[in-house]
Amino acid sequence: MTNRTRAGIQVSLLLTAAACLGGAAYAQTDLSGEWRVVRSEDNFHNPYNGDTGGLPLNEAGYRRSDTWDASIQSLPEWQCRPHSGAYITRGPSALKIWKEVDPVSRETVAFHTEWLRSIDNPIWMDGRPHPSEHAPHTWAGFSTGEWVGDILKVTTTHVKEDYIRRNGPPQSDRITMTEYLILRSVGNEDYLSWTKVVYDPDYLTEPLIRTTEYIRRPHDQVPPYPCTVVTEVDRPRGYVPSWFPGENPHLGEYEEHLGIPAEAARQGAISMYPEFRAMIRENGWEARRLDEATPTFEAQQNRPASGAR
Amino acid sequence: MRRVTGMRGVATSILGLAALTASGAVFAAAGRGEPPVLRQGGVEAVHVQGNIWLFAGAGGNVVASVGPDGVLLVDSGAESMAEALLTEIQELQRMLDFGSLPPPGLRGGAEALQTTPIYTRPPPKPIRYILNTHYHPDHTGGNETLANAGVTFAGGNVSGSIQDADEGAAILAHENTLFHMVDAEAPFRALPTDTYYGEYYKLSHFFNGEGIRLIHMPGAHTDGDSIVHFTRSDVIVAGDTYSAATYPVIDLERGGHINGVIDALNYMLELAIPSFRTEGGTLIVPGSGRISDSADLGYYRDMLTIIRDHMQIMIDDGMSLEDVKAARPTLGYDPRFGADDGPWTTEMFVEAVYRNLTETPAPEEYRGLPPYSGGPGR
Repeated sequence: MTNRTRAGIQVSLLLTAAACLGGAAYAQTDLSGEWRVVRSEDNFHNPYNGDTGGLPLNEAGYRRSDTWDASIQSLPEWQCRPHSGAYITRGPSALKIWKEVDPVSRETVAFHTEWLRSIDNPIWMDGRPHPSEHAPHTWAGFSTGEWVGDILKVTTTHVKEDYIRRNGPPQSDRITMTEYLILRSVGNEDYLSWTKVVYDPDYLTEPLIRTTEYIRRPHDQVPPYPCTVVTEVDRPRGYVPSWFPGENPHLGEYEEHLGIPAEAARQGAISMYPEFRAMIRENGWEARRLDEATPTFEAQQNRPASGAR
Repeated sequence: MRRVTGMRGVATSILGLAALTASGAVFAAAGRGEPPVLRQGGVEAVHVQGNIWLFAGAGGNVVASVGPDGVLLVDSGAESMAEALLTEIQELQRMLDFGSLPPPGLRGGAEALQTTPIYTRPPPKPIRYILNTHYHPDHTGGNETLANAGVTFAGGNVSGSIQDADEGAAILAHENTLFHMVDAEAPFRALPTDTYYGEYYKLSHFFNGEGIRLIHMPGAHTDGDSIVHFTRSDVIVAGDTYSAATYPVIDLERGGHINGVIDALNYMLELAIPSFRTEGGTLIVPGSGRISDSADLGYYRDMLTIIRDHMQIMIDDGMSLEDVKAARPTLGYDPRFGADDGPWTTEMFVEAVYRNLTETPAPEEYRGLPPYSGGPGR
């Protein structure tokens, strides 16, 4: 079974499950509103250095991750950047969606989406083509949407290079993404499940699938986030922080805090699948100091970020 | 095998693109936010911003300012693509209309007004200038054909004493580029007609409503590199000091140096101003690959600085070239920018940087660029 086939089956199962979950589904409905991210074990995401578990990285991806120095984010070119479209849903930010409507035909031209410190991320619904391969790339990329039943399917190209997790594992500017926005109601609450499938020909051996859950909160607002570039560190012109391969002293953070051997976080694609549990047992990678090493959820939220913004 | 463009795979690119577009011109009408695209004869025109257009698929990237004064080209692509490029430029000029009637207030008195103006588009103005970023034939190969199709601004004393002064477009470049083209026995009409040898050269007047500067980047891709800054359109044409497709080609035989490439990238980063959140604003057109902005340029600068610094550590540790190659200092970037075969492989890039850092002193004229001052020139 090819990786793409496997990813396709996974997404199909996920969409089927989503269709069965909850109550009413909304065909071609309005996703507009204020959405609060539902924090879970999978997206509190102030990752430790060296935590590349669950990412199907290739050899080059591990090299980039190993040599990543979080101090690079103090460079002027890095200070006011948003996360790219491939990662933005993994942050703790609320989400705002609003609808652009043709004033005459009343057809939906686009859904515009925005997170804290992001830029406008339009999803064009009017059938326009994707730009030339020679056109510039943006943090959001270029997204077009279509309704597949009750699910909004989004195709995104032209994304800038970024990290796929904000402790350094890279994401190429040649990725494509297929996204699924699934609106459903459970009890009196509206939920939005946002699934992203990232295809990266440069750094991933398989598609990376991540889903983020949002709950409608009409009284929330994505606040403004002004940003000014300053000299954060006095450095020689052109200095770029990085760690020489094999000399990054921070890669042990993951093992130190969670008691999981660093090796366990470097197993590539298999670490995304249930079979990985057997591999953990076979290799004796169970957390050694789980009780004392695992921080509480609150501690995770409050600890100083390592390279995180 | 990765596709390599520009001088590093011109024939392959040309054949592929020609086959794709053999059915003739295609004009994709622009949606909101989408640059207009025009495709014909294997060449694709993409609007950058303001007056500036990118012509891709003609060898190295060719950039044009197209407007009421005519056409100013930055580089001319490969010789074999010159006719197709010329056709594409003319097609674009026919599509754009710069001959609109002036507003009523500028037309004189009431007697001068046409109550029902009858209007047709004027014919396109000719190519006036070609600016060469460096001498390589994937960027200068079309000089002769395109210059011959153009007309230089001339008149007064000049045209009185030099009767053919207006024949063909003027070609501007750094002096070292002229020397290298002479060494390479380029056709006489392909050679630069005007050169500069200082830090920069400014066109003496606006062209298509904006000032244009050539700025010398010493000892970078070659020793004759210029970047071109369109001041109102807010576009920088980087030539081969920046490639969005490959590791930079370092022409060791003609003064190329990794430190000069990095210095040029840092200079352009200082010159560029993003629009918002390090995106957009000043756009940068690389010698090959897609249109970029300061975030993309920053990534490329980061990559080359990290590779150079890591290789310098290896050299300081006494590693030989073979040891360095075995350590794969470019590993983290190879899927995106590397190549195992073709005219510029990853191995060739590593070897060039190694030689720069061990054997090749920085070129004599290499002084390092001062930070951009923000004033005229720099």
